[in-house]
Amino acid sequence: MNGINGKEDDCNNDGDIKIFFSIQLIMPLESKNPSGPLDQKWTNYKGHCKLVNPANKRKLEIIVVGTGLAGASAAASLGELGYKVKSFCFQDSPRRAHSIAAQGGINAAKNYQNDGDSVYRLFYDTIKGGDYRSRESNVYRLAEVSANIIDQCVAQGVPFAREYGGLLSNRSFGGVQVQRTFYAAGQTGQQLLIGAYQALERQIALGTVEMFSRHEMLDVVVIDGKARGIITRNLITGELERHFGHAVLLCSGGYGNVFYLSTNAMGSNVTAAWKAHKRGALFGNPCYTQIHPTCIPVTGDHQSKLTLMSESLRNDGRIWVPKKQNDTRKGNEIPEDERDYYLERRYPAFGNLVPRDVASRAAKERCDAGYGVGTSKQAVFLDFSDAINRYGKIECSKLGNHNPTAEEIRHHGTEVIKEKYGNLFDMYEKITGENPYNVPMRIYPAVHYTMGGLWVDYELMTNVPGLYALGECNFSDHGANRLGASALMQGLADGYFVIPYTLGNYLADEIRTKEIPTTHPAFEGAEKGVAERISKLMNIKGNETVESFHKRLGKIMWDKCGMARNANGLKEAIAEIQKLRAEFWKNVRIPGDIKEMNPELDKANRVADFLELGELICMDALQREESCGGHFREEYQTPEGEAMRNDDRFMYVSAWEYQNGSGWELHKEELKYEEVKPVQRSYK
Amino acid sequence: MEHYTMNLNLKVWKQKNAASKGKFETFEVKDISSEMSFLEMFDVLNERLINEGKEPVAFDHDCREGICGMCSMYINGRPHGPWHGTTTCQLHMRAFKDGDTIVVEPWRANAFPVIKDLMVDRTAFDRIIQAGGYISVNTGNAVDGNAIPIEKEHADKSFAAAACIGCGACVAACKNSSAMLFVSAKVSHLALLPQGDPERKTRVLNMVTQMDKEGFGACTNTGACEAVCPKEISIANIARLNGEYTMAALSADNSHD
Ligand SMILES: Cc1cc2nc3c(=O)[nH]c(=O)nc-3n(C[C@H](O)[C@H](O)[C@H](O)COP(=O)(O)OP(=O)(O)OC[C@H]3O[C@@H](n4cnc5c(N)ncnc54)[C@H](O)[C@@H]3O)c2cc1C
Ligand code: SF4
Ligand code: FES
Repeated sequence: MNGINGKEDDCNNDGDIKIFFSIQLIMPLESKNPSGPLDQKWTNYKGHCKLVNPANKRKLEIIVVGTGLAGASAAASLGELGYKVKSFCFQDSPRRAHSIAAQGGINAAKNYQNDGDSVYRLFYDTIKGGDYRSRESNVYRLAEVSANIIDQCVAQGVPFAREYGGLLSNRSFGGVQVQRTFYAAGQTGQQLLIGAYQALERQIALGTVEMFSRHEMLDVVVIDGKARGIITRNLITGELERHFGHAVLLCSGGYGNVFYLSTNAMGSNVTAAWKAHKRGALFGNPCYTQIHPTCIPVTGDHQSKLTLMSESLRNDGRIWVPKKQNDTRKGNEIPEDERDYYLERRYPAFGNLVPRDVASRAAKERCDAGYGVGTSKQAVFLDFSDAINRYGKIECSKLGNHNPTAEEIRHHGTEVIKEKYGNLFDMYEKITGENPYNVPMRIYPAVHYTMGGLWVDYELMTNVPGLYALGECNFSDHGANRLGASALMQGLADGYFVIPYTLGNYLADEIRTKEIPTTHPAFEGAEKGVAERISKLMNIKGNETVESFHKRLGKIMWDKCGMARNANGLKEAIAEIQKLRAEFWKNVRIPGDIKEMNPELDKANRVADFLELGELICMDALQREESCGGHFREEYQTPEGEAMRNDDRFMYVSAWEYQNGSGWELHKEELKYEEVKPVQRSYK
Repeated sequence: MEHYTMNLNLKVWKQKNAASKGKFETFEVKDISSEMSFLEMFDVLNERLINEGKEPVAFDHDCREGICGMCSMYINGRPHGPWHGTTTCQLHMRAFKDGDTIVVEPWRANAFPVIKDLMVDRTAFDRIIQAGGYISVNTGNAVDGNAIPIEKEHADKSFAAAACIGCGACVAACKNSSAMLFVSAKVSHLALLPQGDPERKTRVLNMVTQMDKEGFGACTNTGACEAVCPKEISIANIARLNGEYTMAALSADNSHD
């Protein structure tokens, strides 16, 4: 756990393939799960946690890495409380964090629809959706604070969709039978983030938060076992900087880009979390990756990213493939009785709204069996013609037109669909050149979200004291599969409503810790490590671009650790990644200089970390000999092809400890279900 | 949709850093598919330049979905290029044909200094928000989300204004480099909501003051901003801002006694 000093020697094992991991049960993982009944835990915690008085808050410095929903809400709330906050992001403005791209919505147990929702039901849906691989206490708290999030956002001026009566509107998302998703057309992430960003900018104006945009964190500084600061690179000048903090909060997002192609923003990366991991923080459940069923399919080798078509579309869109294999007719030319609405057929209870992992695998199954559509045959249809028809009839009859023509129905129905999903349809048309109001969309699953991340306890603290992880960069609430509209909820829950309490509980014991000067040897050593790695990268002067290495890594990950995994494939992937990593450190070519704006160098730093993470993901997938949620091992499935969990052997969180240069050690946090009884997930 | 490939001539602004003088450089790119996005075409160019041992072209981008507001190329004399209501990253190559020459520059405005090549510094926008582009409500202070119903029409208008992605194309399009469309979108977003009402007057006054301080020019109502805005923010917001400003300035005058 100590003595890790950011050396890269482990990266130079050329060709010599070993799978390094040992299973270690010695260190018990303390989740700090409060005692007492589930629905009282958070109330009791808040009632008893330690507090910091206002005068002392002004003396305590907090570093927040990331300005997405988790980071912006945390930095703003902590600033409001009076702490001295430093906030970092690599984009040019905090408002551009990847959270901005979230489309569909945010869940909350408001029960405004009177359709049977409650805190308990949101908790239960999330646990079940996660395939019984998350911690009950965390998930319950998430459901509990969900309602406050909506209130807070409305107060900040987030323009959620409303009904004619002026009240908030809701829609459904996958894996649930109530309408609890709040939204702002297809731009929910943008509106929520703008709310948090405005709160953050207000604190910046008040002087409680200092903002560092275009800065990338490249190491955590640990002194006497506690996180005490970070090393950053100013991306404009290339200068390295040292920043002290009494605590460090990582809110750096997910690592889906390890697959190269994903729905994540181009800059999303694992670097901040990975540096923390190399300084001793355990990495939880790295193999749990969410493959989202409805994305625009790949068109060619030039593809740089994949675009999501929000899950909310499954409220009104029906998914199907032709009943005939290799059918080359256009979607709208295939008659009704020659279509296979396979989700409705296989899962009548949830139909098109089954959870993501189920929907993705079902699409893959149909395409693998030869029923795929489009030129690549790696796509299925998402069709709105029924919805247009249904809404059109309703609108016509609202207008008193009881014998509408087909044309009138189409016209009015299209208007309704436009209001609900207009920006998504426009985006689809810009990318594909096809008009989805007339022909069904073609969609295929793509990497979207990572449930895994830094291991944290109930207080969102990693096992390194003073080092916290919030939002997508932690592993905490979604088990093996995240339900739609719950990442935004988690990010804001962590930042607005959890960390202000749990951080105080830690900092109350730190009020006597004076600011540590950044001339301390630990800061010096960490900065030196970063500088050496950068100059090593620049001096390779090889023949292959960073992008090319990233693509090759992505292909290994997608082919062998994607929607379906097996032991042989994973072992091959591990060997291939080790080889690729060795090649990278010998042959990567990075143009330009260190002390200037150098986007290729930024990318190289990130890809170097992905090349290590990729191996750990495969290792985690290999040891988990069961199928659960987004992790599907071909060896473990029911005769109907559904995921088969093994609760006797795998009811645990895998928490990996980095061993300097010699692989990883696996720790296990056993999951105890006190409230919910795990059963085989069924959406039939 | 028929796909095709094309060869293009690119004239791209290259500038090492803020202090140095920039100039156009010409590049040829071959076999570009009409299915590529504009930025993917730049990826192809950059890969080739790196392989040839040259410096790639630096440009800002992140989401590539038209929502983060990071991409910012001035293409053939128009911010974000030829397509209406579209960001640079959502522009696709079927907008061009074989043999075309495409001129690509950074946003040009005093308040947006060039950092490198096509990247500019837009932190002026953040400082305008700091001046008042928010509602002062601390975490935990909120009442129930449905306690205050909001007329759907207002909510929808507020949402339409809040769709602004802060890209700065409006400034780049304007001959005066005015930031009025951006500022008016923010002012409208908050002024149209009951929650934004208490700070309505100070907000508009402070944001406009900051806008002027940052060196953005005056608005002369040419409408160039609206024409290029990728989120189709309406120029009616500028009229609303002017109304808000006058009202606030008047009542500030009256409150001296
Ligand atoms: C296309 C898309 C649509 C989605 N739609 C939904 C939805 O409808 N509902 C839902 O609930 N979820 C949705 N999600 C998921 C959700 O958006 C994300 O999980 C969530 O926004 C992550 O927020 P975050 O704050 O944890 O991180 P992010 O928003 O990813 O922010 C990360 C921040 O960390 C900074 N950062 C990272 N590394 C460093 C570093 N080394 N140094 C400095 N700064 C760093 C970045 O600059 C950024 O500010 C969607 C995701 C995608 C990709
Ligand atoms: S008003 Fe339009 S052009 Fe101007 S910053 Fe906003 S989105 Fe960009
Ligand atoms: S890259 Fe985000 S809007 Fe273009």
